Amino acid sequence: MTEVHIQIHEKIHHGAEFPTIENFNLRLNAGEFVCLVGQSGCGKTTLLNSIAGLDSNYSGEIRIGNKTQNPQIGFVFQQPCLLPWRTVRENIELVFANQTDVPKTQIDELLNLMQLTAYAHAYPKQLSEGMKRRVSIIRAFAINPDLLLMDEPFVSLDAPMAREVRELLQQLWQNRPHTVLFVTHDLREAIALADKLVFLTSRPMRVLKEINISMAREQRTSKMIENFREQLFQTHSELQPLL
Amino acid sequence: MLQKFLPALSILVFLSLWQGLALFLHSALLPSPEIVAHSFWQHCQSGELPHHLSVTLLRLIASFTISMLSGCVIGIALGLNEKLNAFFDNWLVIFLNVPALVTVILCYVWFGLTESAAIFAVVLNKVPNVIVTLREGTRALDKNLLNMAKCYGFSRTKTLRHVILPQLHPFLMSATRSGLALIWKIILMVELLGRSDGMGYQLHLFFQWFDIASILAYTVAFVGVIQALEFWVLKPLDNLALRWR
Repeated sequence: MTEVHIQIHEKIHHGAEFPTIENFNLRLNAGEFVCLVGQSGCGKTTLLNSIAGLDSNYSGEIRIGNKTQNPQIGFVFQQPCLLPWRTVRENIELVFANQTDVPKTQIDELLNLMQLTAYAHAYPKQLSEGMKRRVSIIRAFAINPDLLLMDEPFVSLDAPMAREVRELLQQLWQNRPHTVLFVTHDLREAIALADKLVFLTSRPMRVLKEINISMAREQRTSKMIENFREQLFQTHSELQPLL
Repeated sequence: MLQKFLPALSILVFLSLWQGLALFLHSALLPSPEIVAHSFWQHCQSGELPHHLSVTLLRLIASFTISMLSGCVIGIALGLNEKLNAFFDNWLVIFLNVPALVTVILCYVWFGLTESAAIFAVVLNKVPNVIVTLREGTRALDKNLLNMAKCYGFSRTKTLRHVILPQLHPFLMSATRSGLALIWKIILMVELLGRSDGMGYQLHLFFQWFDIASILAYTVAFVGVIQALEFWVLKPLDNLALRWR
């Protein structure tokens, strides 16, 4: 488990007049599940891409643990991003640098936890969308990441399937509590998953409010989530546009 | 069931039509399949056809290998780098439009009537096609998969092998098939103009003697070799690479 400190002074997209991200400052405690909540298009994906090293054109510093170089980052994208020509197991094993590094037993456990053991040798086209998301989650967990980034991973799933995958993710994370930065525009989803909610402004994106959730995860029923949401609505008027 | 025999049936129909037309015209300009088959057998027995066929095939293998390797490297580089592509795009258009005959003549004039000049002329004609095909394939690569590879720290070799090349497979096969068809036609021209062996040289001789049966016999031999390559090499490779579909 690793502590993460994200400090982005400014991020301007090429050719844009105004910055996408400005004075963004966020600290994640080790093993904390943090949900970023912001409106669509506010720059959440840009932030995750910057953290993951996919976009290095920004001013600021991102420190993951005390390592200055090559932290292990797991990324669950909006799309499953599985290689169609490799089986489920091969897709997971491919993220390891050497074949000798592949923790076969750990992958078996993860497949079991995500109820995919029977599909280990199936190709992605033989899986449902929900199963593909589960594979991409396993792939991210398998490397024991210092930081796990999740960019609206359930965005294109229908509600029952999204709930099913979310519950499996929750079980998996409780079993292996890595530091997670989860992006969503669905507040109910964020309340169900997070230790801490981070509300974001629209462009330029910066942290508007941080709210810790102390409620035990087992108690987060639909009704409790709705109550919590209404409480937020009443006590933080500045969040109203996001709620 | 019937569909299984359709390819064989179509060849049978083609041969029957040829035979019928040859009987109807009764001219030396169109010998029957039987006469062509006889000519083919005679050229094989004399050892002439296998010799010239193998010489042409060696030239084909050399020029095809050089064209595909260099074309793939340049095509992928242009597809990945917009600036490089903007600079070389006009060159590509020029080379695509230079007639094959001009390239062949210029190579022979500049480098002499040598084997390397012949192969270089073929390569110059084929490379632009491979570059264009691979460049378009590279531009169509799934950016999400490339991001995934970058995020999980794939090395360049690993990204090329596991992420880029499988996506380029249809483009590679297309360049290979069209390449074989184009290269062998250009090789015949190269041999006809400046070599003293090979299929092109022989066809030139038969043309001077007005020996249509021999021309057709040599053509059948070469088409047969290319078809064999398609069925025993390219198709199995295709099936192996696309087993996931």
